[in-house]
Amino acid sequence: MIRSRAITRSLPSLSLPKASSSRSRIVNQSRSLATVSDPPVRHYGGLKDQDRIFTNLYLKHDHGLKGAQSRGDWHKTKEIILKGDSWIIQTIKDSGLRGRGGAGFPSGLKWSFMNKPGWEKDPRPRYLVVNADEGEPGTCKDREIMRGDPHKLVEGCLVAGRGMNANAAYIYIRGEFYQEASHVQQAIDEAYKAGLIGKNACGSGYDFDVYLHRGAGAYICGEETALIESIEGKQGKPRLKPPFPADVGLFGCPTTVANVETVAVAPTIARRGGAWFAGFGRERNSGTKVYCISGHVNNPCVVEEEMSIPLQELIEKHCGGIRGGWQNLKGIIPGGCSVPVIPRSDCEKVLMDYDSLKDAQTSLGTGAVIVMDQTTDMISAIARFSKFYKHESCGQCTPCREGTTWMMNMMDRMVEGRAQEREIDMLLELTKQVEGHTICALGDAAAWPIQGLMRHFRPEVEARLAAFHAKNGQTLFGGSLLSEADTRYAIPDNLGGDAHRNVGQISAP
Amino acid sequence: MLRRIAQKNLARVAGPSRARLLSTTAPRQADITLTIDGKEVSVPQGTALIQACEKAGAAVPRFCYHDRLAIAGNCRMCLVEVERSPKPVASCAMPAMPGSKVFTNTPLVHKAREGVMEFLLANHPLDCPICDQGGECDLQDQSMRYGSDRTRFHEITGKRAVENKDLGPIVKTSMNRCIQCTRCVRFANDVAGVEDLGTTGRGNDLQIGMYIEKTMDSEMSGNIIDLCPVGALTSKPYAFQARPWELKKTESVDVLDALGSNIRVDSRGVQVMRVQPKINDEINEEWISDKTRYAYDGLKYQRLTTPLVREGNRFVPASWETAMETIRHGYLNSGARGDEVRAVAGALADTEALVALKDLTNKLGSENTTLDSRLGDQPPVQSVDIRSNYLFNTSIENVEDADAILLIGTNPRHEAAILNSRFRKQYLHRGTEFAVVGEKFDSTFEYEHLGTSPKDVEAFLSAKGGDKGFAKIWKEAKKPLVIVGSAVTETKDGAAVLKAVGKHVLDNGNRFLTPEWNGFSVLQRAASRAAAYDIGFTPSSSASSTKPKFVYLLNADDVDPSSIPEDAFVVYQGHHGDHGAQFADVCLPAAAYTEKSATWVNTEGRSQMGRTAVPPPGASREDWKIIRALSEVIGQPLPYDDTLQLRQRMYDISPTLVRYDALEKPSPEVVKTGLTFLSSAKQTASSEPFKKPITDFYRTDPISRASVTMADCSKAFTKKDYPLGNVDEKAQASYA
Repeated sequence: MIRSRAITRSLPSLSLPKASSSRSRIVNQSRSLATVSDPPVRHYGGLKDQDRIFTNLYLKHDHGLKGAQSRGDWHKTKEIILKGDSWIIQTIKDSGLRGRGGAGFPSGLKWSFMNKPGWEKDPRPRYLVVNADEGEPGTCKDREIMRGDPHKLVEGCLVAGRGMNANAAYIYIRGEFYQEASHVQQAIDEAYKAGLIGKNACGSGYDFDVYLHRGAGAYICGEETALIESIEGKQGKPRLKPPFPADVGLFGCPTTVANVETVAVAPTIARRGGAWFAGFGRERNSGTKVYCISGHVNNPCVVEEEMSIPLQELIEKHCGGIRGGWQNLKGIIPGGCSVPVIPRSDCEKVLMDYDSLKDAQTSLGTGAVIVMDQTTDMISAIARFSKFYKHESCGQCTPCREGTTWMMNMMDRMVEGRAQEREIDMLLELTKQVEGHTICALGDAAAWPIQGLMRHFRPEVEARLAAFHAKNGQTLFGGSLLSEADTRYAIPDNLGGDAHRNVGQISAP
Repeated sequence: MLRRIAQKNLARVAGPSRARLLSTTAPRQADITLTIDGKEVSVPQGTALIQACEKAGAAVPRFCYHDRLAIAGNCRMCLVEVERSPKPVASCAMPAMPGSKVFTNTPLVHKAREGVMEFLLANHPLDCPICDQGGECDLQDQSMRYGSDRTRFHEITGKRAVENKDLGPIVKTSMNRCIQCTRCVRFANDVAGVEDLGTTGRGNDLQIGMYIEKTMDSEMSGNIIDLCPVGALTSKPYAFQARPWELKKTESVDVLDALGSNIRVDSRGVQVMRVQPKINDEINEEWISDKTRYAYDGLKYQRLTTPLVREGNRFVPASWETAMETIRHGYLNSGARGDEVRAVAGALADTEALVALKDLTNKLGSENTTLDSRLGDQPPVQSVDIRSNYLFNTSIENVEDADAILLIGTNPRHEAAILNSRFRKQYLHRGTEFAVVGEKFDSTFEYEHLGTSPKDVEAFLSAKGGDKGFAKIWKEAKKPLVIVGSAVTETKDGAAVLKAVGKHVLDNGNRFLTPEWNGFSVLQRAASRAAAYDIGFTPSSSASSTKPKFVYLLNADDVDPSSIPEDAFVVYQGHHGDHGAQFADVCLPAAAYTEKSATWVNTEGRSQMGRTAVPPPGASREDWKIIRALSEVIGQPLPYDDTLQLRQRMYDISPTLVRYDALEKPSPEVVKTGLTFLSSAKQTASSEPFKKPITDFYRTDPISRASVTMADCSKAFTKKDYPLGNVDEKAQASYA
């Protein structure tokens, strides 16, 4: 049913080395006295059609209520609701679901923060806010979900909302997503009409409202507290934490902000059980995940796959491989533009899950795989990201406001090669000065791509600088040319003067 | 607007919590203990970490944090290391947690501060030599202390350039220097009530300014100059006038309204260069109004510097001897007997002079000591025998506990700007409800308008019912507060209004008058008024009907011309050639408030000491000394030769006059006695509407009327006549 073309494609012999190693281990084991054998090494990937959660990802079918119901949405939702909050949260905890927005915080735990002891006595209303402000460059999973499976999201709001005893859900959708907003609004209207949400939702006696709020196009509004501010009608600037939204969130009330995908998988998990969901992927990285692969692959696509699928397999199986073959690969950004790039050697090893990518000093992020082949000017690519972050910084806190601009200026010069060699380290130091010192994670996100570039592609940067120097002569700090400097005065060391001061020349008459 | 929408939302959803801010957490009391740099400290729960650090003696640098403003946490200068936290923590935004271990002096913290400092300086113009903030600049000081010793910023793209904003005649902007700490924005929104100062743009283009091009129309706007940690907001009148290290700083008291805001007078030589606020939590916290701050240039103009004697239609300068002799002759020739000698005291008369003048008048056999306010020549309706009848009994600080406030015939924004900022605070944070009887005004809080006339006061206060709006809130308020404006007591309806109020307060005594709470207050607007009432500077009823033959005007500039008979001999004593001096036969030059050491009693009844910052100009002398000298010439010498003896005399009259800075609150019983007197009045209220006593906030007294800055403000803010966009383009180009 789904992407049959990709599935029927024969696999390269990826799993062979693993299979052979496991076999040899079994042989070793048979010679020992122990009777317990290692469990067979499990290979991840190859999600079967019947295990797919998002069955209308490509909008091949009706996205309306009827079509959704034919695909199993809203099936016995009442029973799920009637099972109560602790059952829903326990199920999510059992499923091992982790937030799909990038940070990967365990969802069951996060939702349970809403149900602190004594929450019933709090007279304030409680909100679920769905983050549909999908702005991360390279990411396009939520829009596919909202376009094809909007009812999954609306039902997810109800189920997740019931789990955290919320009174209403706000879906904050990116302003540019016009069709998606229409589909979600249609789904909300249909659900209201059918009595699935609203007063006495699904006949369960639970009242639950869903509102759609369209954003105005700022990346930072995808940060949970900035999103809350934006819904409140203020400038989208992140709030300080603590207090966390679970204490003081939207309109000063307890709030949980969750990604579209996280919310949309909740009803299916509740119907099919936590254990089913936990059966996919490695431990602590369980479930299925919608990946979006873009860039230099033969067939860029959005596809739901099992967690922990090897990155190479994901690309070979669903995207028809790298343009010009695997050897033509230069680097991959595995989780949207805010995570560090990894070179080909790492790409062959990593699994697409939180922990494996973390070990490779990058991150799963949103699961947006950006593939770059050898034709890519890696420095220019990362410089473009720096420009993006400069443009999207909210300007509230100092390191990000000043740092992103400075980093962009330096990256722009690096693209040209117009920089002093020591400025590479200085740039790295600047990224460290931004990282971890800001109110929200945008500062980190601006710093990581540059760190990734310098970690794996530093020789390329150095070569670019050398080429520029060969052509134009030495460059001082800040990008001015030595040939243009006023040589009547000694160039200070902090401008790079000591790096190329020729003592003999100066002492000559 | 947005705030209002949000408020409504909150009001709708938040149920019983009536606070008007979105993110307010319940105050917590219990103490917690934590370790800072190895030192244990106990702080109340909910204290910001930065305050805990301060308590432990660890200085934490900061730009955006200010203990009287909301927390922004955006400068990131106050990062500290907290054990088990992977990242450095912004100490201003983090509540102190029990048992946590905090380090403010580790390599990680040093690195973080240096990094933030580097970023702040990257786009700062570093034009310190031509910056007015130089010498008192947080950025300058902290970059010396915490910054790197050399720059790494050499980008060929250069620094950011930001257009200057025109905020009016008071605040000069140099926005290139701005570090976007948003202190000014938070002050304007939360304290001053200017909701349209804010940030526009984002990222590196973030700018501070009014959302649309307009002036910052607030009587508190000067405070953002103090708040600005850099030289982005500086003072226009003070621009390029002095450096802070040249100034002599004298702590004193403001007299341009009746609150007695604590100020610091910065002077160089004989000139007052500027007036700054001095922190006093019980009165002005850390703010002063623009009039307090900027009327000082009025001290230079229109001054009386030498005694003047009228000859025909003009004043002729004279020596002190001649002037005194002329007065003696004038007094004798006028033939004034008993009550025909009238003393009139104005708003800027200090307590010492009032006492001396009253003693002299009484020695001349007269009880005719009057004030220059409307009906000031009559015995006051509230009677001055009981202090609580004319004072702000609630005290300025305690106003913050009120949950419902009824303002009668007063505009606190103009009559007591500092008090008004407390109202704004209450309105935002405590959800206090307000109602006004009297002329409507442009307030910084929302209020229900209950009417305009004394009749409406009677109607509202005598109504038993009222189950909606303010009437319901008023009925249920645990700490209600009724504030009667001083202008009310200056009308013929004053007695009737006070009667209605007195009755209401007595009837609801269990809520208005408890040992902790006094909900009846009169708000004075003239600095000398409370002291004048305290010493009984009021006429007897027989004296008030006597036609005077000898009139002594002590700083009396609001005096009604018709109350001065054509043939009377008039002496004017004061520091400005203002309205009062026009009537005079002899003008005696006296010292202004910055030039004398004098006692001032504010509207709460708190006496405070004003101190000499600069010498009086020319031949002018301290007020009480002039009166003492005159008493000698007239032949009725007063029994005190120096301030000590005079203050002893003040102590004899009322000990509170010399118990400086202390507030003596009357007991509920005394207040009840006073109110019983008020409610026994015979008058009935008319329907003649109350009138605002102050139509132009910036020109209320001789000093502010002589001030050029105040004239500019009056033009810009009162008359709304200000040509926008006159930011000096050439100057701007040189900064860019």
